[in-house]
Amino acid sequence: MPSPFILDRSSVTQVMAWVLAALLPGIAAYVWLFGPGILVTLALATVTALAGEAAMLKARGYPAKPFLLDLSAIVTAWLLALSLPALAPWWLIVTGTLFAIIVAKHLYGGLGQNIFNPAMVGYAVLIVSFPLQMTQWPGPLSLTDAPLTLAQSASVIFGGDLPKAVLDAVTMATPLDALRTGLLQQYTVDEIMTRPIFGHYGGVGFEWLAGAFLFGGLVLWALRIISWHVPLAFLAGIWLAAGFLHFFDAGRFGAPWFHLFAPSVMLGAFFIATDPVSGATTPRGKLIFGFGAGLLTIIIRTWGGYPDGVAFAILLMNLAVPLIDQYTQPRVYGTDTRRSKAPPA
Amino acid sequence: MSRTLHTFKGGVHPPEHKSESNSRPIHAAPVPRELVIPMRQHMGSPAKPVVGVGERVLKGQLIGEADGYISSAVHASSSGIVRAIGLAAVPHVSGLPDECITIETDGLDEWIDHAPLDYRAMEPSDLRMRLRDMGLAGLGGAVFPSAVKLDPGARHHCPTLIINGGECEPWITCDDVLMRHHAGDILQGVAVMRHLLGSTEILIGIEDNKPEAIAAMQAAATMMDFAVEVVTLPTIYPAGGAKQMIEMLTGKQVPSGKLSTDIGIQVFNVGTAHALARAVHHGEPLISRLVTVTGHVLRPQNFDVLIGTPMQVLIDLAGDRDGSTGVLMGGPMMGMPMPHTIPHGLQPVADRSPLVGDLGVPVVKATNCILVQSKELFPPLPKALPCIRCIRCADACPAELQPQELFRFAKAGDFGRAQEYHLFDCIECGCCSYVCPSHIPLVDFYRYAKSEIWTREKEKRAADLARERHEFRQFRLEREKKEKAEKLAAKAQAKRAELAATPADERAAPTDADAKKALIAAALARAQAKKAEAAPKNIEHLAPDTQREINEIEARRAKIREMARQPLEPEEKT
Repeated sequence: MPSPFILDRSSVTQVMAWVLAALLPGIAAYVWLFGPGILVTLALATVTALAGEAAMLKARGYPAKPFLLDLSAIVTAWLLALSLPALAPWWLIVTGTLFAIIVAKHLYGGLGQNIFNPAMVGYAVLIVSFPLQMTQWPGPLSLTDAPLTLAQSASVIFGGDLPKAVLDAVTMATPLDALRTGLLQQYTVDEIMTRPIFGHYGGVGFEWLAGAFLFGGLVLWALRIISWHVPLAFLAGIWLAAGFLHFFDAGRFGAPWFHLFAPSVMLGAFFIATDPVSGATTPRGKLIFGFGAGLLTIIIRTWGGYPDGVAFAILLMNLAVPLIDQYTQPRVYGTDTRRSKAPPA
Repeated sequence: MSRTLHTFKGGVHPPEHKSESNSRPIHAAPVPRELVIPMRQHMGSPAKPVVGVGERVLKGQLIGEADGYISSAVHASSSGIVRAIGLAAVPHVSGLPDECITIETDGLDEWIDHAPLDYRAMEPSDLRMRLRDMGLAGLGGAVFPSAVKLDPGARHHCPTLIINGGECEPWITCDDVLMRHHAGDILQGVAVMRHLLGSTEILIGIEDNKPEAIAAMQAAATMMDFAVEVVTLPTIYPAGGAKQMIEMLTGKQVPSGKLSTDIGIQVFNVGTAHALARAVHHGEPLISRLVTVTGHVLRPQNFDVLIGTPMQVLIDLAGDRDGSTGVLMGGPMMGMPMPHTIPHGLQPVADRSPLVGDLGVPVVKATNCILVQSKELFPPLPKALPCIRCIRCADACPAELQPQELFRFAKAGDFGRAQEYHLFDCIECGCCSYVCPSHIPLVDFYRYAKSEIWTREKEKRAADLARERHEFRQFRLEREKKEKAEKLAAKAQAKRAELAATPADERAAPTDADAKKALIAAALARAQAKKAEAAPKNIEHLAPDTQREINEIEARRAKIREMARQPLEPEEKT
């Protein structure tokens, strides 16, 4: 056995466990603000992810135990679950999770090999394929009269026969949806913002959820699980792009703070864009990656076909990672210039 | 101290484990019954044995002379009889045996005549040659011949002299205790270095986990007639790496692919300075050094050890314990595992029975530490998982490399890209492997990639050389053919002239036979040239081990060729 003969007490499992732990404040806020339905989604996604992971490991001839214990499948499952509407039907959750694990992760070579963030691939597949089912967002409890219990949520998710009137009473458009449709109906941003769904910065409830994700992300940064580069650049990209447009025409473009305090942005900035496997690795590359993802998010939100653009923005930047890394190699000890060689022919 | 310290990027903080061994006094290890002294203990060419089997040698007597400029001499560490000269187990990562001189000691420890050198009166080049012949080599680990490093080169002076007392590797404390107890000697050695290098600034860098050593060095520095600055460095691995220490003390980086002397800085380990003082002021060649024996032993401590002492002797002295799982030479970050048993086919040292786990390898000049492992101190490393590109390795890399990319290229066999990403600036400190959450033995991949690249370059050079030789041979054959034809023509002409001059009846008919002989000779020459071409291509810059092996094979081959040629010779001569 060659040197070194000692190791720091770190492991992939430990890294992933911290990521999961840092998601807990967000999940708690979710339950508090939107009801317990998300727990059903999380549990279903977790079980599906582990089953898919185990099956793929077996099919590929890898030992199941070390790879199941690395917790990466659960991280993917949770990130996807938190991106889905909490009352999405069970088959949607299963389809998305399996696609993420089987196609986006294992068909690309498994842990460490995936070019795209698996959770975001799962999300993109679902929103492209099942746009209608992807709108079953429960509204914030403060705005709904009869919140669903855990059992009721489970029954909705597993195709139970909840009266449509009850379901309609609990689901409602997300703030981003509301902004988008409102703008399409020729309302101005100020008019739209007077609707009850909008709170101080983002949507009622949604802004607090975003805050909880932000808190979890800051914990990850404090623990040095993630570096500051990607989240900061991502948030800066959102803020500057949205701010530029808002400054340009405040009637047609949402305020930068509104764009920033969406849960998807905080989740994306601290938990998804920071995925080391599919993200840039160099310091400058991380800044470019994060900023580009933020910029694309606003572009897609403003001119794209979907209300939110975080997933697509991150996937697009994932595509650019090899190029970004190639051209942002940092200076090496004892060399004068940053190395930026053209790729070999 | 008012000096502003700089930082180097990266580094790690492994558990230090210094207190186990640094509080006990230095213990002089006894003269062992047998000393096994390898000829190759330094960088460069191995020493050449200059004594014979059965000869009595004295302590400090030259037994292997330096072979070339980058080489160093080897001496008998104690008096006794040379019992064997040949292959024996040595502390090398390959586990392969190497040429050693085995001395059966007589217990008298009788010194050869030796006297201090008046270094100020000597020609610098003479002094350096003397030091080379006294076996001086860097004791920090790289064992580079000190005489070479003490040559300031064309610039004639090296303004900054750094004495490295960093000792950043966990467990090792030999430099620490050396500074505590022999600070004065170290500075005497520094004075000689300063004299040879013409340095004006002398800095001694010591990590702040060695306050006693810092105090001792500071006290000794005030006694010197030149300015010495003892600088306290933060404890971070690898602060004791030469390049890292230079950066911390001066803020300068050694340019990639160059030497520190190119920016006017030379670095020596404190142990080297001490050995230099012993050599100059006492005339003693390098025959002993301090060795930390620590880890899974009863009394971890530092020993003053004669070079060639079997490591097991020291482990026994420090108190061997049950449950040892291996022995490292050096620290846990960059040390190398020692072979457990005596390699197959070699006779065990003396009459010791080759017990399982008995360490037959000797202490050499590079041996700073003997670290006995146990399951508790060194749990088996977990299995590696795939890289998740978390770049903790890049954050820890003191060479500011991108280890995750180097790993990717090395694994894929894309050595060209690996080189583009500065593979050869890797100092193999092990920080990347240490922090890797996937537990990938990264350094191993870099060593593999480096050796592959070396092999390929060697092959390429050999191919180039072969092509050049082939082309030259074609040219030569062409020329020889022409010359031969001309000679023959001239000869025939002469003959004809002679014939014309001599009477007809004296004419014989040997011309035909002569021409035939010439033809045969030409054919023979061609055959031989062909044979020479079929012989293995010469390979430049091989690892010394391989080179030696090749040399032996070549010698054998030459003999066979010689034998094969003999029956032909009478024919050729006619």
